[in-house]
Amino acid sequence: MGDFITEADGLETQEFILNLGPQHPSTHGVYRARLVMDGEIVVSAENKIGYLHRGMEKIAEGITYAQFTPYTTRFDYVSGAMQPWAWCIALEKLGNTAVPERAEYLRVIVGEFQRIASHLVMLGSMVLDFGAITPWTYVFNAREEVLDLLEAVTGSRLLINYFVNGGVNADLPEGWIPKAEKALDSVLKRLDDFDRMVSGNEIFVGRTKGIAIVTGPEAIEYGITGASLRASGLKFDLRKDSPYSVYDRFDFEVQTLPTGDNFDRYMLRLLEIRECAKLLRQAMKTIPAGDIRAKVAKVWRPAAAEAYAAIEAARGIMGYQVVSDGSTKPYRVHMRSPSFCNIGIIPAKAPGLTLQDFISFIASLDFVLGDIDR
Amino acid sequence: MEFLTAIFNWVQTLLGLPTTSLADALPWWDILWALIYFVGALILLVINVIMLIWIERRAAGFFQERVGPNRVGPFGLLQTINDTVKLLGKEWIMPASADRLVYLIAPLLIVTVSVTMYGLLPYGPGLTPVSLNVGILFFLAVSSTNTISVLMAGWGSNNKYSLLGGMRTVAQIISYEIPMALSIIGIVMITGSLDLGKIATAQSHVWNVFIQPVAFVIFVISALAELTKSPFDMTEAEQEFVAGYHTEYSGIRFTLFFMGEYANLFSMSALGVVLFFGGSNGPFLPPWVWFIGKTYVFILFMLWVRWTFLRIRVDKMMKFNWKILIPISLANLLLTGVGIKIWQAATGAIRW
Repeated sequence: MGDFITEADGLETQEFILNLGPQHPSTHGVYRARLVMDGEIVVSAENKIGYLHRGMEKIAEGITYAQFTPYTTRFDYVSGAMQPWAWCIALEKLGNTAVPERAEYLRVIVGEFQRIASHLVMLGSMVLDFGAITPWTYVFNAREEVLDLLEAVTGSRLLINYFVNGGVNADLPEGWIPKAEKALDSVLKRLDDFDRMVSGNEIFVGRTKGIAIVTGPEAIEYGITGASLRASGLKFDLRKDSPYSVYDRFDFEVQTLPTGDNFDRYMLRLLEIRECAKLLRQAMKTIPAGDIRAKVAKVWRPAAAEAYAAIEAARGIMGYQVVSDGSTKPYRVHMRSPSFCNIGIIPAKAPGLTLQDFISFIASLDFVLGDIDR
Repeated sequence: MEFLTAIFNWVQTLLGLPTTSLADALPWWDILWALIYFVGALILLVINVIMLIWIERRAAGFFQERVGPNRVGPFGLLQTINDTVKLLGKEWIMPASADRLVYLIAPLLIVTVSVTMYGLLPYGPGLTPVSLNVGILFFLAVSSTNTISVLMAGWGSNNKYSLLGGMRTVAQIISYEIPMALSIIGIVMITGSLDLGKIATAQSHVWNVFIQPVAFVIFVISALAELTKSPFDMTEAEQEFVAGYHTEYSGIRFTLFFMGEYANLFSMSALGVVLFFGGSNGPFLPPWVWFIGKTYVFILFMLWVRWTFLRIRVDKMMKFNWKILIPISLANLLLTGVGIKIWQAATGAIRW
């Protein structure tokens, strides 16, 4: 940042503190950063979280397993449908429940559509932070089509409570798969429009390439997972590396990009949406007939045990540790949420960025406050 | 017009001035015309702003695959009036720690500047409210005082976001005035006059945009920067500064900033039309129709740019200005000078 004069002859400049958030248009919720600024340059940054803390872990101890399932959709509300997945797998491990095959396929289909919707939000809100309003409407129109599909299956659009212990809530409506294929085509077409408009834009490339580079070792050190990790050149995806559900039956590539700068983190989401579409087409073609839900007792008492399950959620690894004491309520629940771990890198990378680059950096990390504060 | 003279005499006694001074110095019709010009400029300004906001919202809707306002009035034309009335009814909130005087004067100043610029534009032959022989110079000088009101708003609000927004504006507007002025000088050299009306009439055969294409591109870029429109909308970058310099303004004060912004959009586009597109020259239709029509096309082009591009980074914006725009405009100036001399030699206007 040698272009800025910080201290000219006889002119002294003074650092000041800027509280970015919790009410700020581009902190994506109630995130707050306490920035020490030298003019336009960030000298140091500090994460301040907790404005959305709802005590979810404690709530879980007071209600039954089935009652807590809808709560899990409230963590990462941008990819609501995927959120109960890890929780359900943990419960199925506790109760030794075998999930019917069709239910697993339905989980993959709904989950991957939700991943597309979530990445579309990320792309749109990131370019919105660059001041581009028109591309944002392109991807949100695409997301709207995905949400219509999800609504047809699950009945809701944002906080989708579809996954349950032992399967899913509802089967596909009639004629849904052809409709979904068509919608997928149109989503990809809109995405191409968006890609053409933004990815090659000189201003966008100039503002993202080489900014806030997170190297592979750094990403591991700070516990970054998900697309932000893969953008740093590391090929790690739970869907491939420790396959849950029926992911081992599909042919898809884990996308990686080498640099780990803002542009790669943006581009990786674009690539992943296209890969998701590939995966979805296979899943929709090969979905078997059968039950959608295993028999689970109304008053469900798992044996006193512990279980951990993790999935590759839209923002990284979402894990649940569930401890049961043999009663109808969990003894202890703990989550490992991707957004919380991913924002740990912000104070390390912020110094030296301009305020504008800081905003695009936190946008490229793609966090959701419900996921951070829980 | 006895009663007008009487009114002025009455005002003068009220102000404690000697009753003879103004009425004797100025004939009553001069004062009347000044009043008519002033009211006309004000009406033009308000109607323009209302139309511009409507156009911007409909155009933005078109660019973004949505409809835009279409409920209030035919095609949503009355939506802006509706919104203005709403804004007028809003509470005036002033931060407790604001610098009162500076904070209150800033929005008034920005509108005053805009009204002043409307008076200089040649809307057609015989339709120039104030014809100055240094028209362009005066226009640039007045339009640059916008900086002061923006800085006043940024400083007076006593808010860090406002201050940062205000400081950015000063840096941006002052820097981009240089390439703009340099691009205009080429045209002044060709026309041999600083009078806006003369520049417009000099283009009756060929528009300046064909003679000075490089200057035109530089002018458009600098105009976008001067108007703080995207990709140079640093001052009110809501993703960074919430609303920039007018973060702390509400109600009618915010409306005035908004009005000033759109009024400047019109006057800057009108300047572009006068300089590069032959002003009010055109066949069949009355000149003022040509003038307004060309200006609106120019504005639509600006809106198109605005709704397509993303925001440039603040240090790159300065680098772009000082390292690219200014050298190019200087080179263009040199080429223009040489070209004029060669033209004069070829046509026999000078002898070597």
